[in-house]
Amino acid sequence: MADTPLLSVSGLSVAFDTPRGTAKAVNGIDFGLDRGEILCLLGESGSGKSVTLRALMRLLPERRSKIGGRVTIEGEDLYALPERRVEDLRGKTVSMVFQDPMLAFDPVYTIGRQIAETILRHEAVSRAEADRRALELLEKVQIPSARRRLDAYPHEMSGGMRQRAMIALALACNPSILLADEPTTALDATVQMQVLLLLRRLQAETGMAVIMVTHDIGVAAETADRVAVMYAGRIVEQGTAAQVLKTPRHPYSVGLFASTVHAGLKHQRLDAIPGAPPDLTALPAGCAFAPRCPRREAACEVAPPPVTATADGRSVVCVSAAALARS
Amino acid sequence: MDTSAVTRIPPNQIEATRSPGYWESVARRVLADRVTLVCLTILATIALAAIFADVLAPADPLKTSMAKRLRAIGTPGFPLGTDELGRDILSRLLHGGRMSLLMGSWPVANALVIGGILGVTAGFFGGRLNMAIMRVVDVFYAFPSVLLAVAISGALGSGMKNAIVALTIVFVPPLVRIAETVTTQVRGLDFVEAARASGAGSATIIRVHLLPNVLGPIVVYASGLFSVSIILASGLSFLGLGVEPPQAEWGLMLNTLRQAIYVQPWVAILPGVMIFVTSICCNLASDGLRAAMEIKG
Repeated sequence: MADTPLLSVSGLSVAFDTPRGTAKAVNGIDFGLDRGEILCLLGESGSGKSVTLRALMRLLPERRSKIGGRVTIEGEDLYALPERRVEDLRGKTVSMVFQDPMLAFDPVYTIGRQIAETILRHEAVSRAEADRRALELLEKVQIPSARRRLDAYPHEMSGGMRQRAMIALALACNPSILLADEPTTALDATVQMQVLLLLRRLQAETGMAVIMVTHDIGVAAETADRVAVMYAGRIVEQGTAAQVLKTPRHPYSVGLFASTVHAGLKHQRLDAIPGAPPDLTALPAGCAFAPRCPRREAACEVAPPPVTATADGRSVVCVSAAALARS
Repeated sequence: MDTSAVTRIPPNQIEATRSPGYWESVARRVLADRVTLVCLTILATIALAAIFADVLAPADPLKTSMAKRLRAIGTPGFPLGTDELGRDILSRLLHGGRMSLLMGSWPVANALVIGGILGVTAGFFGGRLNMAIMRVVDVFYAFPSVLLAVAISGALGSGMKNAIVALTIVFVPPLVRIAETVTTQVRGLDFVEAARASGAGSATIIRVHLLPNVLGPIVVYASGLFSVSIILASGLSFLGLGVEPPQAEWGLMLNTLRQAIYVQPWVAILPGVMIFVTSICCNLASDGLRAAMEIKG
């Protein structure tokens, strides 16, 4: 199994039927994930990050969504598997940390019970063993007085603690892929960094691969090995974190990073990207970013730009990729 | 970034006391609510009195006496007077309470099970199944509930069993609607998706995550229907479609004492007072319960 990639996504597209027409949330994206790697999907709201993440677990409502392309996990074609097999995969091979831990726990059960329940679902262990493992997990995610927290209900914990418990739940069966959907967005600024550092430490300890969805460039810089920038359901730029974050090439990445608050920007106006993200039910025929792009050319509006991969392992989806690489 | 900030938190810095569970805290809030508490006490007293009617009743509720008809309240031997056939009102109220409470609770309990199952099914599976169940329910909604109850029990014939069936049919549609709405809401919540993301199948999600979260709201709603059921059952008896004479039932008693309203008004309204007190206590207790259960987190 060592030679099959852990996760590979090719030509994944997701469209939803809405009363206003078909919303194309994800439009043909390709990426792979190696063991032990942290990939950050970066982009603004509505760029298709969370939908992509859900597609990787086949969590999207099958009746209302049209999914194309291929997702293979440890060599298995996810969308060719029977539902029963997919249920076995979820939580065991791939698990997810949700954005808002307040909503992601069932309010009527204790934290410990919910973690133990997941272990019992996937492994043939006794109740006592599952409870013991749940305690171990809470200790692993550094929840103070873990033993007593096992009996706590979700509403009795603070946001940061709940997110730690959520991570413990996701790690319950030692998944090889952890999907994190904006894991720090719902948290206080002071707690965000703690949770990120915890995630990174756990990733290093367990060697699992992580896909983190975020719109926070700081989060990406802090955790990612590789970064993929998404816009209107497409990955517009992909590369190592250092490459993409330090020297962004795609005009959208450049604009996105310029419009972000960071130290050293006191008393300056932030640059904003003019215009608004496109309507997903009526995407332009060419590059989706073209209407807002400062480097727009005639070719941009005719057909989607090709993927330009460069020798250093980056890829940029832009007609002027070659020129951008030189500058 | 200084990573030691995380690891340095001493494990006992945050004092976590064993905290009360959800139902425990609901019980605590109910105990703190005086109105609800009083109503629950009155209801419990009425229920106990009805259950032990055989022991408590001073006289035979069916024994008539032409000589002692329509005695006033406080007549020696008849603390609450007698009815138009000389039967002891107190004994009849106690025995009648048994019947009335039964007519109040049975249809609601039946409808809770049937409506709950249908509503949760419709809400969880959605799509065509939902459409089929909910549109049938809408048909029943087209009739006012009193009319529907009268029509069904009229068609089935009089008698207590038929009245219970009729009332059950009346209460199923609103419960299906509530159960469907709540299920649809809960189904869209993150924790259901989180449960799916950790490998739970549909059966587990319904049983473990949906039912406990849906049950609260529908039980509270059903407890509000209890008083409606008593009133409707009384109405059916009043019309001669429910419990048959000479059986004692509050609605029926109200009907037969109607002619005596000018002779002994205070005696004649007693069954009505019982219906009123029971249903208002039910409603207030149900409201209190709803308020106590609403707070989460």
